[in-house]
Amino acid sequence: MGSHGIRDRVAIVGMGCTPFAEHFDKGLDDLMVEATTEALDGAGITRADADAWWVGTAQSGMSGIMLAKALQLEGAPVTRVENMCATGSEALRAASYAVASGAYDLAVAVGVEKVKDSGYQGLNAFPIPTDGTNRTLTAAAMFSMVLPAYAERYGVDPDQLRRVAARIASKNHANGAKNPKAQFRREMSVDAICDMPAVAGQLGVFDCAGVADGAAAAVVCRAEDAHRYTDSPLFVKALSLVAGNGSGLIDPSYDYTTFPEIEAAGADAYAQAGITDPRGELALAEVHDCFTPTELVLMEDLGFSARGEAWTDCEKGTFDLDGELPVNPDGGLKSFGHPVGASGLRMMYEAWLQLRREAPAERQVATVDAGRTLALTHNLGGYPGEMVSFVGIVGTEPSA
Amino acid sequence: MRGILALGAHLPHRRLDRRDIAAVAGGGGGRGTRTVAGYDEDATTLAVEAGRTALRPHPDAAPAALWFSTTTPTYADKTNATAVHAALRLPDHAVAADFAGAARSSVVALRAALAGGGPTLVVAADVRPGLPGSPDEAAGGDAAAALLVGEGTDALPVRAELVGAGARTEEFLDRWRTPGDARTRQWEDRFGEQRYVPLGRAALDAALAEAGLEAGDLDRVLVASPHARAARSAGRKLGVAPEVVGDDLGSTVGNPGATQPLLLLVAALEEAAPGDLIALVSLADGADALVFRATDEVAATPSARPVADQVAAGAPVEYPTYLRWRGLLATEPPRRPEPARPSASAAARSAEWKFGYVASEDRTSGAVHMPPARAAMHGGPIDDMEPRPMADATGTVVTSTIDRLAYSPSPPIVFAIVDFDGGGRVPVELTDCDAAEVGIGVRVEMTFRRLFTADGIANYFWKARPVRDADGTVVRAAAAEAG
Repeated sequence: MGSHGIRDRVAIVGMGCTPFAEHFDKGLDDLMVEATTEALDGAGITRADADAWWVGTAQSGMSGIMLAKALQLEGAPVTRVENMCATGSEALRAASYAVASGAYDLAVAVGVEKVKDSGYQGLNAFPIPTDGTNRTLTAAAMFSMVLPAYAERYGVDPDQLRRVAARIASKNHANGAKNPKAQFRREMSVDAICDMPAVAGQLGVFDCAGVADGAAAAVVCRAEDAHRYTDSPLFVKALSLVAGNGSGLIDPSYDYTTFPEIEAAGADAYAQAGITDPRGELALAEVHDCFTPTELVLMEDLGFSARGEAWTDCEKGTFDLDGELPVNPDGGLKSFGHPVGASGLRMMYEAWLQLRREAPAERQVATVDAGRTLALTHNLGGYPGEMVSFVGIVGTEPSA
Repeated sequence: MRGILALGAHLPHRRLDRRDIAAVAGGGGGRGTRTVAGYDEDATTLAVEAGRTALRPHPDAAPAALWFSTTTPTYADKTNATAVHAALRLPDHAVAADFAGAARSSVVALRAALAGGGPTLVVAADVRPGLPGSPDEAAGGDAAAALLVGEGTDALPVRAELVGAGARTEEFLDRWRTPGDARTRQWEDRFGEQRYVPLGRAALDAALAEAGLEAGDLDRVLVASPHARAARSAGRKLGVAPEVVGDDLGSTVGNPGATQPLLLLVAALEEAAPGDLIALVSLADGADALVFRATDEVAATPSARPVADQVAAGAPVEYPTYLRWRGLLATEPPRRPEPARPSASAAARSAEWKFGYVASEDRTSGAVHMPPARAAMHGGPIDDMEPRPMADATGTVVTSTIDRLAYSPSPPIVFAIVDFDGGGRVPVELTDCDAAEVGIGVRVEMTFRRLFTADGIANYFWKARPVRDADGTVVRAAAAEAG
């Protein structure tokens, strides 16, 4: 038994991403058509060329029919996948594994979500009949519990840690301000973020990812075929997924300063990709900054910072756009908002742009020019103690 | 010998200062305080807390019946006592029934229990209604009281035996309320007083005659009635010395309707000496008088939560908040989807957890699973678990937050991760506290509450509340223990 991965057996040869926004004027079908068209055009193919499709959505539609109808795919295998907020990554994983298996030559992964039609702010899961004993806390509150636990464990002054969290948000706003597809394109100072009224624990509204509609898509083929579609493919180095058993919610040994599912997915992905020093080897990381404490803990769980040191690394600017390892150069969930099914593929879209040097000059990371060829995307769903975690790694060069 | 074996009461955490009423309501109020049920409490949850207090020292009591009395039941058609039965984890062969609707029903339930049968738990609980500024609002109170009645045994001896009982029944109009109405209506005061006082005197005389006692023999006389004027007048006209008439708790608790007679009895028995003769006179749709003699065992098991201590405890609630909790002040709901109604079948499957707070313990590792699970959290065999009751466990807050976005009948939600002494962890909502009181290291205990109501279904489950010192201060674990 083991996780062998599909290193360098599959390549991404086309990607598309809609602007993430309050698309009150666009429907689910519009978003899927736009993202898919950009991805297919980039790969120089038509819908009829694709052999199989996966569409990821958490709750905007049911079954493969939602995509087959939107794009009028006739006689095609289309599957809907869902894995909470890691749904977009799950679609990519399914399409990649299908191609790697040899079952299909060309597969397309589409992620989409229409959240603004609910009439509510924030994300709301559809109700499942239960015994009524499940907690009804918001995700913001669940993630806010990380800050006091982290401050307690590492002896960090809570006010100082609160400013570190705000600095993470400020960094991602600054990056998003340079991204025409981001929803929020305004820089925010640490002071302004700290001054917002609390919504959950110490977190203000600007410590929380926005909510947006959007879609993103990727075309996947066998690695040896990649150059038929593009001069600069991205080779899939690792796709790792861990679904937590929820033990953190019931196990007193869990301390809310780490997300074990993410550490496990990261370790598995690094093993698949042959990475031993992620902070030194990766050109960039797109991570699931649903709330500012999440990104803080992620830096340690993904091995970018030593335990207890992510907060000082964040303060030092290690993960800034011009830092040692740029994290969320596109602005992250913070600036894009979070159309659940699309976010994982939106992250991959930034890796696509950055590694191919297609990102706008004002946010093109210097690490790529310095010769780094690998990017990481991290996508999670759920809460501290009970989450699914995805880590993907792509690179511009096939292994020697 | 049949009599009272165990007892307990529950007063909600919050207190309304009656002086705050007039400024908002334009009138009413008065002096003193009244108890206020939390937004997450109703007659059912109050009854559970009183029942737990009574039964906790006697885990083997195994009542054969539960009689639940209230003037403010959560449900009609459906029995309310069954939820109390489930939360108290009474045997499934025990009968549970409501004596609901009228203030008299609690005394009648007690009389029925004293009349015979197996060990019977009599519980009364009320959340008294009243429109803003009304005498009922100011004078009302929210409380619960529980008495375990049965034949004494060596393990559980009789603490107070019934030595005489008397009753008078008369049909006349004093107080009435249409079901669902937020107010009770009352006929002119003097009429009720003139009817009640002689009835009370006659009932007490009958009880004393049955006991072979004179009024002068009584050490304590408790007078309970929804008719405040009649109760005061009766106290003076029952033929007993003024100093024998017990405090009706009106200035601190208020009048908790059907609960009042039982609450006064519990409070009196908690302070009684062996041999004391205590008369309870209840004036409601007639009159009932019960005379008890405290046995040598009256103080055998001191209450962990005496009424006097609970009266002295508590924290204030602002009058507008009280009105909001009662649904008398409509406020904008959070712009979030309201909770969905619980599933009847799912709730039935998990009744031991949902109502009884019974977790499961992995026999191999000893790990506690909350909610109970079939598979152990870190591997091992499936279905190798045993039940682990957690309702009486205490724990410590590991980390906490305040959720200002989530839907709640009274936002914000205070929420914590709690590790229980002896194992087990839950993410859980906190209640009976101010947000600023909660943080890492706070000690908590569990309490049965109504989370919300959807589609008319009261969704009951457990919350945690801070453990408090006698002066109300939140207890915190020593730093080493909290880690």
